[in-house]
Amino acid sequence: MARDLMKGNEAIGAAAIKAGCRYFFGYPITPQSELPEYMSRELPKVGGVFLQAESEVAAINMVYGAAGAGARVMTSSSSPGISLKMEGISYIAGAELPCLIVNIVRGGPGLGGIQPAQSDYFQATKGGGHGDYRLIVLAPNSIQEMCDLVMDGFDIADQYRNPVMILGDGILGQMMEAVELKKPKKRELPPKDWATTGIKDKYGKKRLISSLFIQPEDLEKHNLKLQMKYEKIKKNETKFESVYADDADIVLTAYGTTSRIVSNAIKALKKEGIKAGMIRPITLWPFPYEAYEKAADSAKAFLTVEMSLGQMIEDVKLGVNGKKPVHFYGRTGGMLPDQTEIVEKVKKILGGEI
Amino acid sequence: MKTVFDRTKALTPAAMHYCPGCTHGIVHRLVGEVLEELDILDKSTMVAPVGCSTFIYDYIDCDAQQAAHGRAPAVATGIKRVHPDSVVFTYQGDGDLASIGTAEIVHAAMRGEKITVIFVNNAIYGMTGGQMAPTTLEGQKASTAPLGRDKFQHGLPIRMSEMLATLDSATFIERVSVHDPAHIRKAKSAIKKAFKNQITGVGFSMVEVLSTCPTNWKMTPIESLGWLKDNMIPYYPLGNIRSPKEVE
Ligand SMILES: Cc1ncc(C[n+]2csc(CCOP(=O)(O)OP(=O)(O)O)c2C)c(N)n1
Repeated sequence: MARDLMKGNEAIGAAAIKAGCRYFFGYPITPQSELPEYMSRELPKVGGVFLQAESEVAAINMVYGAAGAGARVMTSSSSPGISLKMEGISYIAGAELPCLIVNIVRGGPGLGGIQPAQSDYFQATKGGGHGDYRLIVLAPNSIQEMCDLVMDGFDIADQYRNPVMILGDGILGQMMEAVELKKPKKRELPPKDWATTGIKDKYGKKRLISSLFIQPEDLEKHNLKLQMKYEKIKKNETKFESVYADDADIVLTAYGTTSRIVSNAIKALKKEGIKAGMIRPITLWPFPYEAYEKAADSAKAFLTVEMSLGQMIEDVKLGVNGKKPVHFYGRTGGMLPDQTEIVEKVKKILGGEI
Repeated sequence: MKTVFDRTKALTPAAMHYCPGCTHGIVHRLVGEVLEELDILDKSTMVAPVGCSTFIYDYIDCDAQQAAHGRAPAVATGIKRVHPDSVVFTYQGDGDLASIGTAEIVHAAMRGEKITVIFVNNAIYGMTGGQMAPTTLEGQKASTAPLGRDKFQHGLPIRMSEMLATLDSATFIERVSVHDPAHIRKAKSAIKKAFKNQITGVGFSMVEVLSTCPTNWKMTPIESLGWLKDNMIPYYPLGNIRSPKEVE
């Protein structure tokens, strides 16, 4: 198959259209604007709709409407815009609507900066919006994997009637790599017989999309039903990559762009005879806690590397469960983790200096 | 026996939860009758707001989506863009449309979304217990304006219909009232035109319906109707502000 050299943000758009997405509602923000720009060019060619909303709040509510009406639909933004979308994301999760949300993360808090970061991990995986809900969070580390996860992400969303987030960063959005748009593994997707088309179903029944359950008994029942679905997702969809993690003295954890820097650090360490491995979560929620069970017995220590001041480390600690020390190295504000600093940190940890 | 009046089939038999004298029920019926008369009940999706009329989907018998507070026009936009041949309408209160949802209504109107908006202006926040709305009249008491709305502190009430009518894509705008039978008939005629405006593909349409809230106004139903007529209509003049030739 032919591979095309594509910029990350545009590759997301190409993968989405290939996956059958025909509706995009967004609002410009750096470093993801190439994606809405691409969609504004390409969606009309396939009979789709691109709409630049008045705000991220409006955009996510348009996604709610379109998803509720049965469409394959997406939106994208970067950190400050995702904060605005949180209200809508909670409603989408509550009303069990499938959609894809892309966050090309930049440094925060506040207006922050426009350079890459991973400081929206908490927001993406631990809530962000209100209520007992979960967002399925996929974290690619290459443009190819980003395309694969976008295409599979739409199917995952449909299969579970749940919003899915692609958590990238400014580097993944901006860099170019060769990609091939491959069909994801086949999933059994339920019919969208709940969608409001305006036309009553064949039994003459009207449909309602809502997250409102005014009686506490009903809301508890609804939340327990969601919880059962989340358990199923944890069981079926947890995904990670393990690199030499089984017989390493130290196991590093990193996701997305950072995992590529960590990969290089591991190679450099190997040359010096130091046995370092890596666990790379591909799904951030559900987090691959089970990946740490064996490693927590065999490794001497853990090191989490992030483009933040320590967010995912809380999940790594839950996975390691107190059996071994979990150290941290991170850069923030748009600065990148440095390979030599990672190597130094590992040596200090294994040398007992920290 | 001859039937002289019957519930429109657009309304479900459910008993409405509204307070005695509240005019939401009348507006629901008018919308229902129009949906039936235009024969669009089976191709309509309504977007319910956050407010007293949240449960409108229990009463009007068509597909529905429940929107977050103020976001109904954005949700309606999403639905209409997916099903352009269906009929999509929002039903919103004045807190929903004129306060928290101002951006969404202004931009849906600016884009000329082919949706119909039923805007129920009762000059107060009904559902949350009578707090001040942007439409609360000067001097009118509210639970968060115990001394009455003060123009120096709160400014003067917003006239959404006039404001939206400055947008060229807001093709049908009319303000009506439901305080007596003659006005109720006029209100129905405006609602019908607003839906025709959507069906013929002209564009965005909104009907602002002046409405009562006896409970939070702390008046009897009869007093409320009089108060609406004497106080709201002078500030919110009735009539058509804009109407394209296609619906006349
Ligand atoms: C984001 C958000 N803020 C506040 C509320 C609380 N709230 C519910 S209804 C309402 C006011 C509704 O008033 P209005 O739109 O005038 O409709 P009415 O109840 O008078 O018909 C408010 C503030 C909410 N549900 N969501």
